[in-house]
Amino acid sequence: MIKSNLSLSRRRMIGSLAALSGLAALPMPAWSMGKMGGPVRKGIHELSGAKIDLHIADGRFATGGRSGHAIAVNGTVPGPLIRLKEGEQTILSVHNMLDVDSSVHWHGLLLPFQFDGVPGISFPGIKPGERFDVPLTPRQSGTYWWHSHSGLQEQVGHYGPIIIDPAGPDPVQYDREHIILLSEFTPMHPHAIMKKLKVGEGYFSMQKTSATDDYPLSAEERRMWGRMRMMPTDIADVSAPTYSYLINGHGPEDGLELPFTPGERVRLRIINGSAMTFFNVRLPGLSMTVVQADGQNVQPVEVDELQIGVAETYDVIVTPTEAGAFAIAAESMDRSGMAQASLTSQPGREAAFPALRDPPLLSMVDMGHGSHGGGMDHGSGEAEAAEPMDHGKMDHAAMGHAMPEAAPADAHSGHDMAAMDMSGGMDMRDTALLPASVKTGPGIDMVAMNPQDRTGYPGLGLDDVPHRVLNYRLLKSLEMDHHKRAPDREMELHLTGNMERYMWSFDGRKFSAVGDDPIRFGYDERVRVKLVNDTMMAHPIHLHGMFFELVNGQGHYQPKKHTVIVQPGSSATFDVTTDEPGDWAFHCHLLYHMHAGMMQTVSVAFPGGAA
Amino acid sequence: MMRLFSASLAAMIMATPALAQDHTQMDHGAHQMPAAQEAEPEVDHSTMDHGAMGHGQPASPPNSLTGPANAADAIWGADAMRPSREALYEEHGDMQIFWFQGDRMEFRARDGEDGYLWDVQGYYGGDIDKFWFKSEGEGSFGEPLESAEVQALYSRAIAPFFDLQAGVRQDLTGPDRTHAVIGIQGLAPYMFEVDAAAFLSNKGGLTARIEAEYDQRLSQRLILQPRAEINLSAQEIPELEIGSGVDNIELGLRLRYEIAREFAPYVGIEQEWKLGGSRDFARLAGEDSSVTNYVVGVRFWF
Ligand SMILES: [Cu+2]
Repeated sequence: MIKSNLSLSRRRMIGSLAALSGLAALPMPAWSMGKMGGPVRKGIHELSGAKIDLHIADGRFATGGRSGHAIAVNGTVPGPLIRLKEGEQTILSVHNMLDVDSSVHWHGLLLPFQFDGVPGISFPGIKPGERFDVPLTPRQSGTYWWHSHSGLQEQVGHYGPIIIDPAGPDPVQYDREHIILLSEFTPMHPHAIMKKLKVGEGYFSMQKTSATDDYPLSAEERRMWGRMRMMPTDIADVSAPTYSYLINGHGPEDGLELPFTPGERVRLRIINGSAMTFFNVRLPGLSMTVVQADGQNVQPVEVDELQIGVAETYDVIVTPTEAGAFAIAAESMDRSGMAQASLTSQPGREAAFPALRDPPLLSMVDMGHGSHGGGMDHGSGEAEAAEPMDHGKMDHAAMGHAMPEAAPADAHSGHDMAAMDMSGGMDMRDTALLPASVKTGPGIDMVAMNPQDRTGYPGLGLDDVPHRVLNYRLLKSLEMDHHKRAPDREMELHLTGNMERYMWSFDGRKFSAVGDDPIRFGYDERVRVKLVNDTMMAHPIHLHGMFFELVNGQGHYQPKKHTVIVQPGSSATFDVTTDEPGDWAFHCHLLYHMHAGMMQTVSVAFPGGAA
Repeated sequence: MMRLFSASLAAMIMATPALAQDHTQMDHGAHQMPAAQEAEPEVDHSTMDHGAMGHGQPASPPNSLTGPANAADAIWGADAMRPSREALYEEHGDMQIFWFQGDRMEFRARDGEDGYLWDVQGYYGGDIDKFWFKSEGEGSFGEPLESAEVQALYSRAIAPFFDLQAGVRQDLTGPDRTHAVIGIQGLAPYMFEVDAAAFLSNKGGLTARIEAEYDQRLSQRLILQPRAEINLSAQEIPELEIGSGVDNIELGLRLRYEIAREFAPYVGIEQEWKLGGSRDFARLAGEDSSVTNYVVGVRFWF
C-alpha cells in the first residue's frame, strides 16, 4: 500500500511540512544519476517559497509489471507540486539535465509571453545543461499544471501540478485537499506511437467492430460506416492496454490511498495531465460539487460524474460522512481502462472499483449531421441554447455555410441512419459548406454538414447514464463580469483532419505550413471565436496566455477557461479579450494531434503598436 | 419576449418532434439550465456588420496586422529564436515517415512443384508527398524465378483516401522490360484497399493491374481477408505469353492472426485463372491455365 506523499491537509490549517522535509532528506536525487537515471519515484512533493528549482532528467518508471523510460522532474512522476500564493513573487528555476532541449509551459498561468515556455514561439527553449529562470508574481489563484512543450516529452512524465492560493479568503470552504492528477504511462516510445498512428489506422484500439462484437449496430449501420471509411469506435487514438492510466503517478495496481476523516469537506483538484485521454471521473456513492473549472471559481454545481478533457482541470468538493473507502474512478472515454485511487478513512482499506462500462459508439451527430441524440431527453436543454448567438439578426446569405435553421430535414433524419439514402443523399465531405478561409485538400476527410453548439453535451457515452453529469452549460462563473463588452468582431476557425492519414490542422493547414502567418489580434480587442469541428474526434483546444469566456448561455456569468472541448461534428464559441500582448501558442491539447499540425500562433499586438 | 419566441421557434424547427415536445415540458428552473432566452442578450448583432465580415476571414482591425513578425525575437534575439522556430514548425506537421510492409510473404502448396511469392511495398515521406516502392515476384522451388519486378514511384495524396502514383517498373525476369507506371492507391468506400496501375513498356506494350483487398475482422486479432487481382493487356504480347484483354484473375482468401498489429501469420487459399489468349499460351506451353494454391505466410510491417 502506498499513501499519497502529497501534503494531505490544507497547509495553512494544519501546517504539515512533512512532504517538504521528506524531499530534503533524500540522500541521492534520482536526477543526478545520469542518462536513464535511476528509478523514478511516484507521487507529488510540494515546493513553495521565493525560489523553486525544477530539475528535468531521465529516469525509469514502472507500474503494474511494466517499466520504461521516463522524464522525471526532481526525480518524480508527476513532477513536484508548485504551490504559490497570489501576489507573492517567486523565481521558477528550470534546470535541463536531459541531453535534448526541454521546456516548461505553465498551463493556465497569466505571465509575460516570453516566459510561457513554448520553444520557437515564446523563447528559444532550454539547451541541455542550461537553466531558465522565470520570475512570476501570480495575478490569479486556483488549480493549474505545468508540462513540457518540447517534442513529445509530456507523454513520458514531464508534467506536474500548480496550486495558487488566493491572496484573500478562498471562497471555497474545505477541510482537506487532494490533487488528482490523471495521466498515462506506456513503455512504448512516443515517436513509435506517432509513427503507428500515421501508418496503421486504428492501431491501438482493441474495441473495433468485428463479425463477433456485440455492439448495438444494425447491418445497415455497419455498411454505412464502412461506406464512409470511418469507424464508430474511433474514440481514443491511443488507449489501454498500451496505456496504463495513472493518478498522481500510481497505476491501478499501485493501490494509491488518499485519506479522509468522515464529515470533512474534501477538495479534489482534478487535473487531466494526460497526453491523449479524456476521463470520466466519478466516486460511486458520493456526489461531487464542482467549484472550479480551469482554475476559475464557478458557482457550485452538484453532479455525480464529469468528463474531463485533456488539459482541463476541475475542483470538486466531496463530503463523505461515513467511514470507509470510496473509489475514485477515472475511466478513459473509450472505456478501455481506468485510473483509480481509494479515498479511504482507514489506512489499508481499498475501495471497490466499478467495472468498466460498455464502450460507447460515435453516431451521426458526431459527424455533424445535426440533431442531438435520437429522441433522447438529455435534460440539458441543448436545443434551446444550441446557438447562443442571435441568428435572427445575422445575414446568413453572406455567411456561406449551413446554419441550423436552414437544415431542419437534416437535423431530423440525422440520427435515423437506417432511413438515410446512402447511395445519393449524404455527402460526408461537402467542401462547399466551408468558408473560403479553409483550405480543402487531402487533409480534410469530413465536413460537418450541420454543426451544432453542443456545449450542453456531457461527453461521449455520458448522455444516457442514470445520474447527473456535468456539461459546459452548467458552468457559471462565481463572479459576475461587469466589464464585458460586445465582441468587436467575430472569427470562425475550423478544426480539420483526416483520420486515415492522421493529419490534423486548423482550417485545413498544418502548423508547418502557416507558422509564419499567425492569427493576429489587436491589443485589447474583444473577439468572438467560433470553433467548428469538422472531424469525428473531440478536440480539447487550448489558448495560451489568456482566459477566454465560454459562450454557454450564462450571459455575464460565462465561465473563464483555458481549454475547451469541441465535440465531434459540432461547434463551440468563446469570447476573448486580447489584453496579453505577444505571441502565444494555440493548439489541440491531444499531444499527437498537436504534433501532427493542429496548432497555430496567436499574435496579440502590443499597446500602441510597439514591440 | 421576441427573443424568447424566436429562440423557441428555432428549437422547435431544429429538434425532432419528440425532442421538441420534451423541451416544452421541461422545467427550466429545476434544471438550472441556460435557455436561449438568457443565452444571447449580451451581443448586439444588429451593430455587427456580418456582410463585410465574410465569415471566417473577418477583416482584422488595423492595429492587429502591425505587430512584430515574431514577438520573441525582440526579447531573445532573432538568431537565438530561429533554430527553435524552424524545429517547431517542422515537428508540427512535417514529420517524415519510413514504412515497410510485407503484405504477402508466402509459401504456396499446389499440384506440381510448390512455390513461393513475395509482395512488399513501403514508402518514405510526409503526408502528401512520398517516395513509394513496390516489389513482387513468384516462382516454384527448383526452378528459376517465374516473375519478379520492382517499382519506384512518386506518390502524391490527391484526395482524402487516395494517392496518385507515377514512376518506373523494372522487370527482373524474362525479356528485359522497363515500364512507365501511373496508378492510384488508397481506400475505397466500404474499406476496400485498392491499388490500380497502368504500365507502358519500353516495347510499347500497355498493360494494367487492379488489386483489391478487404479486411473482415472476426475478432480484434483474427482477420479474414478476401483479395482479388486482375491483370489486363491492351494487346497480345507473345514473348511474355500474354493475350489481349483479360490476362489473368486471382481470387484469394487469407485468414491471419495479428500476434501484434505488425506481425500476422496467415493461412489461405488462392485460385488463379489465365483467360483468353493467355490461356491459349499456357496450353501451348503445356501448363495449367487454372491453379489452386494453398498458402501459408506472414504479413508484417515496420
Ligand atoms: Cu485534436
